[in-house]
Formats: sequence, C-alpha cells, structure tokens
Amino acid sequence: MKRLGLSGNYAVAYAVKMADVDVIAAYPITPQTTIVEKLSEFVANGELEAEYINVESEHSAMSACVGASLTGARVFTATSSQGLAYMHEVLFMASGLRTPIVMANVNRALSAPLNIWNDHSDAMAERDAGWIQLWVTSAQEAFDATLEAFKIAEDVLLPVMVNLDGYIVSHTYEPVVLPDEGLVRGFVPSRPLQNRVSPKFAYSIGVVGPPEAYYEMKYQVVDAIEKSREKIRDVDKEFGERFGREYKFVNEYMMEDAEYALVTMGALTGTAKVVASGLRKEGEKVGVLSIRCFRPFPKEEIVALLGDLKGVGVVDRAVTPGGPSNPLFAEVATTLYERGSRPLLQSFVAGLGGRDVPADDFKSMFGLVKDVVREGKSRPCIYVGLRE
Amino acid sequence: MTLGFRTIKEVPKDEFLAPGHRMCAGCTAATAIRQVLKAAGRNIIVTTATGCLEVATSYFPQTAWRVPWVHLGFENTAALASGIESAMKALRRKKKSEENPHVIAIGGDGGTFDIGLQALSGALERGHDFLYICYDNEAYMNTGIQRSSATPYCAATTTSPPGKRSMGQKTQKKDLVGIAVAHEIPYAATACPSYPIDLMNKVKKGLEVEGPALLHILTPCPTGWRFDISLGIELGKMAVLTGLWPLYEVENGVTRLTVQVPKREPVKKYLELQGRFRHLTEEEINRIQERADRLALKFGMGPLRQ
Repeated sequence: MKRLGLSGNYAVAYAVKMADVDVIAAYPITPQTTIVEKLSEFVANGELEAEYINVESEHSAMSACVGASLTGARVFTATSSQGLAYMHEVLFMASGLRTPIVMANVNRALSAPLNIWNDHSDAMAERDAGWIQLWVTSAQEAFDATLEAFKIAEDVLLPVMVNLDGYIVSHTYEPVVLPDEGLVRGFVPSRPLQNRVSPKFAYSIGVVGPPEAYYEMKYQVVDAIEKSREKIRDVDKEFGERFGREYKFVNEYMMEDAEYALVTMGALTGTAKVVASGLRKEGEKVGVLSIRCFRPFPKEEIVALLGDLKGVGVVDRAVTPGGPSNPLFAEVATTLYERGSRPLLQSFVAGLGGRDVPADDFKSMFGLVKDVVREGKSRPCIYVGLRE
Repeated sequence: MTLGFRTIKEVPKDEFLAPGHRMCAGCTAATAIRQVLKAAGRNIIVTTATGCLEVATSYFPQTAWRVPWVHLGFENTAALASGIESAMKALRRKKKSEENPHVIAIGGDGGTFDIGLQALSGALERGHDFLYICYDNEAYMNTGIQRSSATPYCAATTTSPPGKRSMGQKTQKKDLVGIAVAHEIPYAATACPSYPIDLMNKVKKGLEVEGPALLHILTPCPTGWRFDISLGIELGKMAVLTGLWPLYEVENGVTRLTVQVPKREPVKKYLELQGRFRHLTEEEINRIQERADRLALKFGMGPLRQ
C-alpha cells in the first residue's frame, strides 16, 4: 500500500493500470485527456502490457472497444462531453452486445456555446444507453470506482461509465491510497474474459433483430441492469472487506434525523456537506444525499432515506429544456411518487458550464426547501446563480 | 508467398457463406463474398458494416455465416476490426490466448466511400493487420438505390434522378484505391467477381501481407443498375473489358495491371445493358468513353476495338 498525491484523472489511470487492461482505445478531449496521456506513458514504459489504439475519433474509440471486448480482452476508454455525445449510438450497441467495457467520463458541458468546464449534461444525455453509471466525488473514489467498475462490468456483462467532474475532481490533486498489486489482482483477476469472437466458433454477433426478436433482446439489457443491483451491492461489500473503504448506491450525510435534505451528484456534494454541517450547528435538521450509482437508480435507498422527510431539494447540474423537470429531479420524483406520503420536492439547477456554486448558494437552497415546505407548495424549478 | 490459385479447380469446395441468404437474385456482391471466403479459409474473423450484405445474411434467427462474424454499425466496421485485431494481439502477447485469425472487414460503397471513410482511414493509418473489402454496387442499394460518392457519372439513382435539369449523378466516382495507397499500406487492389481467380488471389495476397490491405470489388447490382438478373457476371466483364474497371494491384507502391485488355470494348456496350444509363445522350456517352480512355492510358490497357 502506498499513498500518492494524484489528480482524479491520474487516479483513474492508476486503477486501469492495476486492473491490467489488455486494450485501450481512446481519443483526446479536455478535460479527460490526462487519463489517456498517463496510460500511454504506462504502455510506453512497459508498466502496463496493453495495446493502445490511437483512434481517430470517439466513435471509433467505442467501436474498437466493443470489438476488443468481444474477444475476451479487458478494455478501457475515457472521454468527456462532445466525445461521449459522438459515441452515442455505439453506447447502445455496447450494452446491446453485452460488452463489459469500462469508461471514465470526465463530465463536461455540451456545446453550444463551446465550454470545457463541468456540468452533467453529457452523462445525463446517455442515461438510456443501458450503461451502469457510477459517480464519484474525489480522486480516491475515482480510483476505487474504476477498479469496482471492471468487476461489476465483467460479472453482469454490461458496460460501466465512471463519472468524475471535470477539473473539480479530474484535475484536483488529493492523497490517494493505492493498494498493493496483489490485493488488486485478487479483486479483479487478470484472466481472459468470456469471449464470443473466436475462430473456434462461428457465432454471428450483431445480427438483425426483427420485430419478433428485438423486443426480447432489448429486454435482456433491461433485465441485466435491474439484476445488477445485487451484484453491485456484492462488489461494494467485497471491496470494503478487501480495501477497507465501503461504498453504497448513495452517500448519506447527516441523514439520520434530517427533516430537510438536498440530493446531489458528483463534486457539488462536498460543498453541500460543509453547508449542512454549518446549519446543523445552528440547529437546523438538514442532511445531504448524493447519488453514487445513477444507473441502476437506487430506488429502495431513495424511498427509505427520503420518504419521511418534510422537504427535499434536488440539485441538477443538467437541464432537459422543455421538459416538466430536469433529469435527476425526475428520477427522484418518480421514485417517491409510488409512496403515498412523500416529502415536498423542490427542483434546483446549478453550476451549468462550470459556473461556481459557492456555499452561500447551498445555504439559500436549504433555506428555500424549508420555505416551500412552510408554504405547502413547491415552486417551479429555481435556476440558482442565474443572472437575470 | 504461397502460390495462388491457377485454375478454378484448385479453389476449395468449402462454402463459408451458406446458401439461402436473402440477397437479391442475381446479386454479384454475394458471389464476391463467397469467393473472398473461399480464398480466406476458416481461420478468420469477419466484420461487416450495415448494408445489403449485413441485413440479408444475418436476419435472426438465421445466419448465412459459417465463420465468426460481427456487425456493429454502418460507419465503424474498420474501427471494430481494429479493436478485434489489437485485442487478439494483446491477448497473444500476454499469453491469454493463442488464437491468430485473419481479420477481414467488409463494407459496401456507402459504408466505405462515405460514412465509413474516416474510420477506414484511421485503421489504415494505424497499420492494423487486416484486410478491408469494399463491395461496391455504386449506390445505397439497401435503402433503395440512393447515390453515394461511388456512383458513376450520369447514373440514375433515386437521389440523382435525371430530369429537365439533370443528367443523373453529377460527380465522378472517388478513387478509393488511390485513397488507400496514400496511406502507404502494403497492398491495395481492385477486383471483380467476374474474374474469380484474380479476385481470390488478391484476397490471399491481402491477407498475407503484414499490415493493412484493401480490396475494392465492383459488384454489379441487377436491382439498382436495372439489368437482367442473368447478366451480373457479364456486366462485371464488360466493366473490365471497356476499361472502366481496370483490374490492378498496388504492392508497396508499385502498380501492376493484373488482367490485361488487349482490345477494349466501347463503353456504350456496357452502358446500354443498364437501365440506370438509359437516359444518356451521345454527349454523355462520349464523356464516359473519354474517361475509359484515360484509365486505359494510366494503367496500360490496349486500344479501343474499332
């Protein structure tokens, strides 16, 4: 075990190296690039025995990953924003063909206008692609989630996207504990995976699925991601036993007796927690719930942890223009709808295109949640920090 | 280099593209792929872009492929093949596998000339050891005969129809082999299933070289070109004999005509067999003849039969 000062991106690269991947196919895009730069370095130095494919686009990156994965190789790629959007159609093919690809997505806003800074619009636009989505808030979590991702993906035969916030997590240097190689090997053994493309058998893969077959084939993805909940729980537990850091579908902060809470995802969680802790000192019963696993969505946890609260604010870092609400809010609201009694929900949008969301904004969000509960009616989505 | 086939009797009897697939009657793309697979043998992995060949051979729960076969999307079959080739290489190096198959990527002209050109260029430039095959029926036949950048000058398609202000396709076919050769790949060639020995020996060469190889196969399409389904092989021959489809190869930058045409037939004989050129006037036919003459000069074919 050693402790290194690593950026979130380098932490991902170290996890990929320690997982002994066989193939990396990647294309540069800010703010992801330092992940694949580091991996190229590992391959060039002989520290990682892998084929590094310098593809000419993200579309080809994901296409090459699918091909490589079908042969039984362990495969990794990383991207951001436009790169993820460019992969869009291939993401569905990757899950449809049940390829256990691991991808780091360093969250960045989508154009236009061009913006290289953080928000969640890239990953939210791919929520229906049949990928498992993990979200992290620190470099250590980025390392741990990437290792877990290989195990989850290979166990359930679905691709996994590890999301880390552009710059805030990707470029911030933090102390990261790297476990010994042997321990990692025990967790994700280096062996050829199930291969479906081999000269040994003449399988046809990626066939035409007519109306009589497509529906059942698609349902297999639905079923697999539903059933992955159990597997993800097992992997989280095993990870905790082996490495001493246990993860869950959601991270709770001061939720035990909370009456009001904010639901967040990614790096915003840190600021929310600091503000909640301050408010607790003033006697306010507030807490923070951050979503670590967005797909499959933590339905049970949401109901159990939020169901009895008075008010809940959901902070989206992405928008669904013209929709009745924004992506994260929609998931939380839908999950709570089936419960007869539920908290009053307030929708917030904050931090688009890398706009800073300072502590004062969280303070006002907590205040607004309390206000709408007092008023007995939530307000239309509040765009926090938006200049008039 | 292993000796190529000299006569049709030496060609293996194995059939790796099973009969009963759904390609149109008279389709020469199916003939071409049948020949490709005979030459390639069993130790291969085939990827195929979306298109006629893909939809007509893999309609679940049936498949016509007796070799490992993967389809992913329309524009990315070269990238898919890149991933498979690289992964096999990595797995062998890491002693996780001993398999060492040839990788063959197949795309139609739409999937190669147009939407797949970027992925193809990337794969050729990176030097993957694979053979790319473009079966060229000169339009988007699978979606119903729309023009592509492989459609020849003046051909009628549903998106380049002749009319008061149009004589059909306005542009000339792209030089795909030229594009491939510009990547300095070790082997690129043209072929046509009307010349099966030439085609199959080119497949063998393409698989044997280390690094990328490209084979551009003209596959006359009775549905899209509008000719009698019995005439596919004849049409391919006429394309070659008129000089419009020179059969040549470029090995390490050196170009060689592989099928000589001592006396060329006039292009009119090729054009008049096809409904897609029915609207042409002498002026257009002459222009197409001039193109055949230029190609003949470039590749060293014989003079026009008078």
